[in-house]
Formats: sequence, C-alpha cells, structure tokens
Amino acid sequence: MIEIRNITKVFGAGEHAVTALQEINVNIAENEFFTLLGPSGCGKTTLLRLIAGFEHPSTGSMLLAGEDISLLPPNKRPVNTVFQNYALFPHMTVAGNIAFGLEMLGRPKAEVAETVDRMLRLVRMEELKNRQTSEISGGQQQRVALARALAPQPKVLLLDEPLSALDLKLRKEMQIELKRLQSETGITFVFVTHDQEEALTMSDRIAVMNAGRIHQIGSPRQIYDHPENRFVANFIGDSNFLNAKLGNIKDDQAELEFAAGRKVTVPLHRADLSDGEVSVLIRPEHVSIAEPTGNSHELTGVIENIVYFGTDTHYHLKLASGEAFMARLQNNPSEAEKRAAGDKVAVLMDAKAIQILRD
Amino acid sequence: MADFSLFSRRFDVKRVPGFASVALGVFVMLYMPVILLVVYSFNKGTNLAFWEGFSLRWYVQAYHNEAVQEAAFRSLYLALIAATLATTAATMAALATTRTKKFRGQMLIYTLINQPLMVPEIVTAVALLIFFAMIKVATGHTGMIYLIVAHTAFCIPFAYLPIRARLESMDLTLETAAADLYASPWMTFRRVTLPLMWPGIVAGLMLAFVVSLDDVVITEFVKSAGQETLPTFMLGQLRRVVTPEVNAISTVLMAVSVIFVAMFFVLTGRKN
Repeated sequence: MIEIRNITKVFGAGEHAVTALQEINVNIAENEFFTLLGPSGCGKTTLLRLIAGFEHPSTGSMLLAGEDISLLPPNKRPVNTVFQNYALFPHMTVAGNIAFGLEMLGRPKAEVAETVDRMLRLVRMEELKNRQTSEISGGQQQRVALARALAPQPKVLLLDEPLSALDLKLRKEMQIELKRLQSETGITFVFVTHDQEEALTMSDRIAVMNAGRIHQIGSPRQIYDHPENRFVANFIGDSNFLNAKLGNIKDDQAELEFAAGRKVTVPLHRADLSDGEVSVLIRPEHVSIAEPTGNSHELTGVIENIVYFGTDTHYHLKLASGEAFMARLQNNPSEAEKRAAGDKVAVLMDAKAIQILRD
Repeated sequence: MADFSLFSRRFDVKRVPGFASVALGVFVMLYMPVILLVVYSFNKGTNLAFWEGFSLRWYVQAYHNEAVQEAAFRSLYLALIAATLATTAATMAALATTRTKKFRGQMLIYTLINQPLMVPEIVTAVALLIFFAMIKVATGHTGMIYLIVAHTAFCIPFAYLPIRARLESMDLTLETAAADLYASPWMTFRRVTLPLMWPGIVAGLMLAFVVSLDDVVITEFVKSAGQETLPTFMLGQLRRVVTPEVNAISTVLMAVSVIFVAMFFVLTGRKN
C-alpha cells in the first residue's frame, strides 16, 4: 500500500541543518495496523507528516498504491489524519466536521448526509450529531476526529498519538475501539505512539525508531522476543544486558561465555554474527532463581534488593562479574518470602531466553 | 465546591488603606465631566453651568442645523470608507505576518505597521499637511481623497492588532486539518480561516471606525476648506459661541463610540 524508499528529511540549511529522518525504507501492507514507535524527537511524527503531505522529503520517494505521491500536496492525497489535539473545526457541528472532507471532494448532498450518518453509527455518536464540538467531552471529540478522517474512505488513515490526551480507562477503551474500526473499515492504519504497551497490544507490525532512523521492523512478538539491538531491547520491556564472548559458531548455534562465568550453547537467530565480544539480552521474566549448587558454570549473584509488586516480585542482583541483573518472578502463595537481601543465588534460564544483540 | 476563602485573605488590593478613596477620586475625575456634559445637553436654558430644566431643544436644534448635518454625514462617510480600507489592509497584513514562515525583518514589519501608534499624532499631521500641500499644488485637486488616505493610514494599526491577536490565538492545525481533508488553499481560507478570524475582522473594523470618527488633529491639518467633520466642526464652534448644542452633539458622538467599543469588547472577549 505504502512504499517508502530511501527517504531523508533535513530541516533548515547550512550550519543549522537538522536531519530528522535518515534512509527510511518501509513497506506498509494493505489493511495493516502499522505502528511507528519511538521516544519523542525520534522522527516518527515527521515520517507521519511526510505520508500526509504536510512535509516533503529531502531525498527519496514515496509510493501509494504504486503511484508516486512524494510531491503531492495533502489535499491531493487519499490519506487522512487524526491529529493529536483532534483539530476539530470549532465553528462547525459534529456532523459539519464529519461532512467537511466529503464536501471538499464534491460528493452529492444525499451521499454526504448518508455517509455522515453511517460514520456517526460507526463511532457510536448518533445522538450528538448536531452538537457543537466545544460541547462534547474529550473522548467524544476523539471519536468525531476519527469519524471525520474515516468519512472520505481514505486508502490510509494516519493517527498521531491520538490517545495521549485521554485518561487511562478511556485510552484502554479506545485501543479496542481503534482495532474494531480498523477491521470493520479495512483501511490501512499508520499509528504513531511513544507508548510501547499501546504499540504491542494494537499493532500488526511495529517500526521502532530513534534519532531519525528505523532500528527494527517486525511483529510485536518479534520485536519483544528478538530485538536486534540494545536500543530496541531497552525501549520495549525491561531488559538485562550482560557482556559475553561468542565462539564456536556452527550452523544455527554457538557457544557463549558470560563475563559472569557461565558457559552455554545458544541458538542463533541471525547469520551476521562472528566470534568475539557481544552484548546479550535476558528478559527479567524469562529467568528463575535457585540455591547455588557450587557448579562453576552457574551464573551466580547476591540479592541486593527485593521489590514486591503484588502479582510479581523484582529481585535486584549483583552478579559475580559485578554486573547488575534483575529477575522478575511471579508470586505464588507457597513460596512467600523465602529469600532476603544478602542471599547468594543462582540464576536459571533456558538457552532460548538469551538474545544476542548487534551492539 | 472548593473553598477559596483562604487564598483571598493572603493579599487583597482592596484592603490597602486609601485604596477606596483613590479609586473614587479617579472615577470622579474620569466620569464627572462627561456626566455633566451629558446632563447639560438636556438643559432648557443656554447656560452651560446653570440648570434651568429638562428639554430636548439642543438635540432638535443640532438635528436641524445644516452645518451639523453636513459634518456628521461627512464624518460617517469618511469613517466608513477609511475603516473598511484599513481593515482590508490590516487583514491582509495580519495574514501575511502570522500565516507565513518566519522571515527576516518580521519585527520591522510589525513596527512599520504600528507606526501611527508611536509617532506623535501632531507630527504625522504636520507631515501630512506639508506632503498633501505639495500634491494639492501640483494637481490642483482638493477632494476628500486626502482625508480618506490619512484616516486609512492611522486606522490600520487599530484594525491590525485585534485581527492579528485573533489569528495568533487560532490553532494552525485547523488549517492543516482542512488541507488534509481535501480542501484547496482557497477553500481552507474560505471555510476555516475566514470564519474563525471573522470576529477579529469585525472588531478591527469597529475600532478603526471609532478612531476615525473621533479624530481631530490629523483631520484639522489635512482637510481642505469646507471639509468639516463632526469633531472639527465642534472645535470650530467652541471658538465662537458655546451653547449646549455642542453638548448634545458630543453626547450623540459619545453614544455612537460607546456602542462600537462595547461591541468590540464583546467580539474580542468571546471565547470559542
């Protein structure tokens, strides 16, 4: 549906030039819920604005359904946006807002009225049709903004952090609502957020961005389980990073020796690895802890701090190598308060829980 | 319900000793002369300081005075044209200074537009007198055009400021959203920008109208013979015989101004 080829965006010129996007390559499929995820200032909103046509790329090109749209103005693109602050027209009613795009497209009056009613039903706002936009709540304004952007049946709907202004309960509701709207309308959604949980729960695929680059594109599971580098691992979920030495690479497995002492054979997910120092990721919930057995190949450490969270408990350890390590264990009634700070423990994990990072 | 009584006890200017008497003094100074002027416009006698009973005779006399009629008509006609021209120019200037990318010399443009607010009016008046005198000699034309041009020029900042304030308070994303929803630049202006800035335009128009209507100094210097506006006519009257007729004209002029300024505040104060 959207092909973004080698796009770079530079703001300003000369000494004051700021590169907002570098060598962006993305293909977004039809009917996909695609999320641009990253910290503020990573370029995700700039990329969204490029797709909308509010900005034009410095280099590279953008194709929509096979047609080059890089230089088209926003009013000539079959793409609509839900703005972060909704940007509803304050001098029009709810229905007037939803009709706006259709009127600009020159659709006949009867068709406009019919579509407006259908959109109001879709977002469950029929009874507020003739209200002024200032008279409705934030959540309702959000729905109007969605209906307004969906009414002209764009090929792609862009959503710029649309849920960030809502409170937690409403945000959860709207997450489900957005998924429903996407599957009911069959429109490709490109969603921008800095909230990793939102990205994981809603997306078909996620592009993790930082400092103007895309670090990884993949399904939520791929991104979480097999992050390619330290930034992606750190940005999504909690992470432990350990130093280790990689050796004996054979086909799809290799031997890994932790700085903390333990040796283990690990499966490899990537082919671009070679012998030498590497960083590995271990998710805190993928390990357990036990009494040390004295085996020299064990990963051992001392409990420095225990934090109780209700559903689970976080154990902050200091490994033999001096590295910090966090283990998150689910609480169950039979194991209550078995350990205390100062205890020496062994960290147990499956070899599959170990992810080798690129940096 | 929140209780704010604790906060109000901290500091309240109304409790400062002498506040009430100072405030009262200022209000008396401001409004007493105006109130007296209005009261004496209804005086039966010809005396400006001695009340002889209620009458509308000075209003009737002013109404039938052909010189007053002519000056009043000229004032309205001049104010209407000058305010319209000034508001049109101010609208374009406000759009150009708020709806474009920041450019070099933007501050200079603001300063230039607001020149009439900074240069003393008498200086502008003398400058215009000399400048227009040269043109009048060269062309031999002495029509209303000079007054219209002068009034338009000094009305521009009064129209510009409320329009610019309105545009600056408007969310730029609204125009982006219109473009996103297939509106061409012209349709975006017609359907979104213009309706939203309209209260600012009307407010600017009213302020410019009142400022033009009240002007004495520049008009006095620029007008050719026989081009009296209401304020310059009144000034001329004061040099001769002072009757409550001047009070009556002043009262009507003030009423018109108050109505327009009140509408200006209603329009600029209203929230979306």
